[in-house]
Amino acid sequence: MNDAAPALEVESLVKHFTSGRRIGSGGGTVHAVDDVSFSLRQGEMLGLVGESGSGKTTLANCVVRLHEPTSGSIRLHGRDITHLSRRDLRPLRRDLHMVFQDPYSSLNPRMTAGEIVGEPLRLHRLAGRKVRTGRVAEIFERVGLGPEHRFRYPHELSGGQRQRVGLARSLILNPSVLVADEPVSALDVSVQASILNLLRDLQRDMGFSCLFITHDLATVEFLCDRIAVMYLGKLVEVASRDEIFRDPEHPYTQALLSAALVPDPAEQRQRRRVVLEGDPPSPLDPPSGCRFRTRCPLHDLSAPDSDEIEPPLREVSPDHLVACHLSAPGSKTPRIADPPVTTPVTG
Amino acid sequence: MSAEPLLEVSDLSVRFDTDEGPLQAVDRVSFTLAPREVLGIVGGSGCGKSVTCMSLVRLLPQTAAVTGSAVFDGVDLLALGPRRLRRVRGREISYIFQEPMTSLNPVFTVGDQIGEVVRRHLGLSRRAARQRAVELLQLVRIPAPERRVDEYPHQLSGGMRQRVMIAMALACDPKVLIADEPTTALDVTIQAGILDLMREIRERLGTAIVLVTHNLGVVADIADRVIVMYAGRKVEEAPAEELFAAPQHPYTVGLLGAIPRPGERQERLEEIPGRVPAAAAPLEHCVFADRCRFADETTRTQVPALRAVRRDHLVACFHPEADRAA
Repeated sequence: MNDAAPALEVESLVKHFTSGRRIGSGGGTVHAVDDVSFSLRQGEMLGLVGESGSGKTTLANCVVRLHEPTSGSIRLHGRDITHLSRRDLRPLRRDLHMVFQDPYSSLNPRMTAGEIVGEPLRLHRLAGRKVRTGRVAEIFERVGLGPEHRFRYPHELSGGQRQRVGLARSLILNPSVLVADEPVSALDVSVQASILNLLRDLQRDMGFSCLFITHDLATVEFLCDRIAVMYLGKLVEVASRDEIFRDPEHPYTQALLSAALVPDPAEQRQRRRVVLEGDPPSPLDPPSGCRFRTRCPLHDLSAPDSDEIEPPLREVSPDHLVACHLSAPGSKTPRIADPPVTTPVTG
Repeated sequence: MSAEPLLEVSDLSVRFDTDEGPLQAVDRVSFTLAPREVLGIVGGSGCGKSVTCMSLVRLLPQTAAVTGSAVFDGVDLLALGPRRLRRVRGREISYIFQEPMTSLNPVFTVGDQIGEVVRRHLGLSRRAARQRAVELLQLVRIPAPERRVDEYPHQLSGGMRQRVMIAMALACDPKVLIADEPTTALDVTIQAGILDLMREIRERLGTAIVLVTHNLGVVADIADRVIVMYAGRKVEEAPAEELFAAPQHPYTVGLLGAIPRPGERQERLEEIPGRVPAAAAPLEHCVFADRCRFADETTRTQVPALRAVRRDHLVACFHPEADRAA
């Protein structure tokens, strides 16, 4: 799998929205995603982490072409799909599927779970009724739903069951790429656990590549091989899971990790954490230079460069990309907080 | 248990009569709150944690049948008449809701809304109320409070709105602050700031805090003592450190195993099989029996009473961890 083309390649992707004129405020441009490049490798789970307004959902929507990108390119297995028409895109939809956050509003309330899951087969005219029923039964079993659930309507299912239906529908065509946008955020902890376990099992069995979008660091750490951190429309750091959690470079990543709560009072209450000042700036008017500079605890060190020059995302060590003026090959950013690495229990 | 409790809740039950029959949202829950204490109440959605707190300040609809008692400062909150209730609500006990966006009135400035509290309760003049509002905004660390006081909620970010809610709740120096999922709608980096603020409020003003949350990380960060609720019952109660170090109830153990822990490599998360039972009371067996690995004949035919496995550590289970270890 190593030398194959990446499952998905995103290059210099930009998505701007023009916001309408409203009373008291002029129109403007929302810089939702600005010049983002990354690739999703074959069979990989890539976690895209960011807070609200960071542009992660917009990015996901661009990738599956629910949004038209402003500029940049998206390649699926080497093929440019950025400007394909809806008709030309349709056959590719088999290969690229999305799971949505809200299992309550993303399922058609007037279809039974069986119909919802079988619909992609029907729309792509891949199977007749009989075969379809068989395939639906198979995938139901695979995602842990009973045969009786096929005839239930979404409102008759629990949140966890609905998310299983969503997963079954996304996976019935055996796609090679799955984009999952906060698929467990709306669920209770114990239900979350079962969906996360399921997603991991399915990915290992079926071998699809997955772009997993979330605001929850602990979830990506559990699930993902590599992690990309997004802030205000930009990627600020991309590295393997181990690197990110052991050695976060970008001051924003450090702050984000230090704010993650460790469910152990003895540990949690001793950690050195950094609380970011102020609120994230508006994507309508992002700061000049480095977008994080207005809240950066290391701004004194990075100024004046960071006020004027936008730091590029560059490789500072093998497979570890950082967009910060203070980070370069051979020179690290100062540590400002403790990552949530639990000390191993010994003795 | 040395200090005299500030609030003593005994046998609190809440039942809703719905079209589909009675729903026992809370079943005989008792607990105390000491001065300056942060008490965490955790559980999954529908476990009754919010209903418990709302019943204390009588925010539930008329259809709720509330029984038991909640003694605060020598009076039973559940038996107060409307006038005396108004004097307690917002002044002695105040409440912060999860959604700061929907709990603020969009057509009044922040200053008006904070000011209303002190004008009503303390009879301050308009001018004094505005001054107090500025002080409070300063207390909750909102930058440029003199300017912010004249702004409307939509001009503030989510984190700032929650700070305004906290400022409003603190306006009359309450003895108790009930915070219902105060950080759930917020980003992690913003959440860290709100938790720091709550800690500071407790230190500086001595306010006791009841913190309702589904997030065990929040509890680990700030709570002194924790109550775990499941399907309307209190299943476990312990000092925070002990609850995490030595959980007793299989539900608590399951909950702790289900969360991905930052900084750890986990191959699998623990799952709790089955679903929360519909809260139709009364039960004649352990509420967790259907989902419990250790369920046996006793569990299925009797209701476990709360008992102390250690000092200050209560559990409602026939087979707590402590017994199995022995």
